[in-house]
Amino acid sequence: MKLNSKIPEGKLEEKWRNYQANSHLINPTNKKKLNVIVVGSGLAGAGAAATLAELGYDVQCFCYQDSARRAHSVAAQGGINAAKNYQHDGDSVWRMFYDTLKGGDFRSREANTYRLAELSAPLIDHFVQQGVPFAREYGGVLVNRSFGGVQVQRTFYARGQTGQQLLMAAYSQLYKMIRAKKVDMLPRHEMLDLVVINGKAKGIIVRDLTDGTIKRYAADAVVLATGGYSRVFRLSTLAIGCNGSAIWKAHKRGAYFAAPSFTQIHPTALPQSSDAQSKLTLMSESLRNDGRIWVPTKKDDARKANEIPEDERDYYLERRYPAFGNLAPRDIASRAAKERIDAGHGVGPLKNGVYLDFKNAIDRLGLDTIEDRYGNLFKMYRKITGINAYEKPMLISPAAHFSMGGLWVDYELMTTIPGLYAIGECNYSDHGANRLGANSLLQASIDGYFILPNTINNYLQTELAEERPNVDHPEFERVEDDVKEHIAKMMAINGSRTVDDFHRALGKVMWQECAMSRNRAGLEKAIIQIKNIKKEFWSEVKVTGSEAELNPELEKALRLADFIELAILMCVDALQREESAGAHFREEYQTKDGEALRNDADFMYVSAWEYNTGNFKLHKEELKFEYVEPTVRSYK
Amino acid sequence: MKVTCKIWRQESADSKGNFKSYETDGLTEDMSFLEALDHLNEILVLKNERVVAFEYDCREGICGQCGVFINGRAHGPHDHVTTCQLHMRSFKDGDTIVIEPWRANAFPILKDLMVDRSAFDRIIEQGGFITAKTGTAPEANAILISKEVSDKSMDAAACIGCGACVATCKNASAALFTSAKINHLNSLPQGRPEAHKRVLEMTQQMQLEGFGSCTYTGACEVECPAEISISNIAEMNARYLKAKLLS
Repeated sequence: MKLNSKIPEGKLEEKWRNYQANSHLINPTNKKKLNVIVVGSGLAGAGAAATLAELGYDVQCFCYQDSARRAHSVAAQGGINAAKNYQHDGDSVWRMFYDTLKGGDFRSREANTYRLAELSAPLIDHFVQQGVPFAREYGGVLVNRSFGGVQVQRTFYARGQTGQQLLMAAYSQLYKMIRAKKVDMLPRHEMLDLVVINGKAKGIIVRDLTDGTIKRYAADAVVLATGGYSRVFRLSTLAIGCNGSAIWKAHKRGAYFAAPSFTQIHPTALPQSSDAQSKLTLMSESLRNDGRIWVPTKKDDARKANEIPEDERDYYLERRYPAFGNLAPRDIASRAAKERIDAGHGVGPLKNGVYLDFKNAIDRLGLDTIEDRYGNLFKMYRKITGINAYEKPMLISPAAHFSMGGLWVDYELMTTIPGLYAIGECNYSDHGANRLGANSLLQASIDGYFILPNTINNYLQTELAEERPNVDHPEFERVEDDVKEHIAKMMAINGSRTVDDFHRALGKVMWQECAMSRNRAGLEKAIIQIKNIKKEFWSEVKVTGSEAELNPELEKALRLADFIELAILMCVDALQREESAGAHFREEYQTKDGEALRNDADFMYVSAWEYNTGNFKLHKEELKFEYVEPTVRSYK
Repeated sequence: MKVTCKIWRQESADSKGNFKSYETDGLTEDMSFLEALDHLNEILVLKNERVVAFEYDCREGICGQCGVFINGRAHGPHDHVTTCQLHMRSFKDGDTIVIEPWRANAFPILKDLMVDRSAFDRIIEQGGFITAKTGTAPEANAILISKEVSDKSMDAAACIGCGACVATCKNASAALFTSAKINHLNSLPQGRPEAHKRVLEMTQQMQLEGFGSCTYTGACEVECPAEISISNIAEMNARYLKAKLLS
């Protein structure tokens, strides 16, 4: 299949307007006849479900959590970018577009990225109207702060809980439409497969997590808003339930998977302390605004941080990247930390961290200002570690975070299966090979509130003439049988190892070979190892209880089975891309001072993988840069 | 580290539950409390037993999904901490830890330590929002809100919806939860047009769900991980009175 990105005609700044002017509309009476399934209730999912319902569609929204309000958008701390230029510091849509494109190391589409920047300003208006208590000046106007990879102040925030506040707004709008009886909300329901009829997405199979019942839902279109898949590394900044199952099942049913190996490793998480650890807590990147990152110049320095004199501290980000300093983009900051830790300068009990120090900032700005800006983060740090970071520097370390990769989508956010859309983190659209801080809340919201509700009608108007989707169709029965068989097979193994044990094994391989730094030999070895894990999983995993009840162990096992398969594709993708770009760093391709070496001549494309019964087949979407000249990304 | 976990086990909503004790060895002080339960569950699986069902998701204190009663306190021995942020260093080797689900009529038990908190969602459904469609917003800085008002609104908006306030209250009152949402929205200019309707409808739903009345014991604010102040309840009551008088 030839990939058609459906980029509209016209100049960059006119494309979205042209698209809207030319797309099909559906009259209100007809919208009522159409129903849409939305899987996931985070910023993208809840935003889409609420807005589609406002437009008149009938919506069913699903989430695996006990309430839509738990979706992992809730955990984003630092903020949301918008090109408002309130700070009068030279910001503009164009500059934001350029920063995002450059931050992504020129591996995303110009048209998509421009649209992201273009819609950012109205999104802030939208959230203010919904009652988000963004930070304000005494005079009542909105405040901004800086974020990594950028030299202007365009980040809006609500203390260190921006994600929570935006999600509460989306969740409240969702409940507004539930009250209006336009959305049917189904929490504790997990999508286990996609139903495709005559080449079009027509419904899903879900498991009711409270009693294990398998149910069918039919619709005129299916929207996946299921978030990122970095739990493939097991230890990550994500919620424990975050998974890649919905997009993986969609991939196996025909949706292409784009750039699966593009994973962001966040530079400022809390270091791992033991094998039993289940997650790595993120400390917002906004801390890098005022905190300075350093390690001792001496290897294996056993002194306490406060005992190390100034001239024996290596502020390595300020040293290597004087223009951006501590605000270098995430991929660069993470790699620089890894480099120092690997060279023996790591600090903390396991020597796996670096310091993030606020002493200078407190001296300069005063304790009150720092407390006002980051109070809840310092409090959180203390709860987890027992350490007061106003007195001692924080100990931080890189951790698996955001998935730039995801289902391939065109300009309309539709996957390669007609009628199947992917929005928010689960798609590959705007971020290229590396996402800038405070752009993820932005993308999720814009996809859900602004883009999808404007593009889905273009497809749905063709469906009006079709037969209404029906769960009695034989294809629903066939897919439901597949799901039941898959579960029965898993329950029957009754082996000798726990699900978590397999997840730890998978995580170790992935963190070792497919995280911050990759090479051919390592990736080839990883693929063999993961295939072995898969074989062993299907003969040795043990899940107790039954499938016909609330069974958390079975939920974990089903998600892990998909993660194992996805991990193989991630390694295949990382192996195939013989260049370094953004977060994808291949050791064979670097400059002599250790920076990423891109290869535009051979790899200026988005890798879109077809499942092809497990013999993944590569399709290339060439990236054309008409408005911007891809440069060597430098933050020096 | 070795502790005895005395855990409430209940197969389903309709079945009868009881406490069961599990000797749990191989723990470390750095483990979070939920990681200790993960560890126990792995042991149970290998012994061919059903795992203990408990709630969690983000494990960083913000999603609000986790929450159990630990030794008679919601979210365990500390003030203002979620269950996921509690660490084993808060316990001693050899301790017996009693673990129960939230107990409230409006939060029926689903299984073991898991309860159904959808009553909270239904309270939000009755006006915990601003009626404004996507696409209708005016320019953000056209609405000026002083820092004091914005900060106060944010203090209330910080609620994570975990239900500890209800669980710890002797009356199982949801007044802290409901007042936090009402004050978040009603103190902002955007929330004002629906202010009276909101307070009347949300408080009515709170009663319909079977939550008890508030008698100002202050127990809720001690446990609240988001440190929502009990003064929110007084403010809600004042708003309620005003709404009753004016509508």
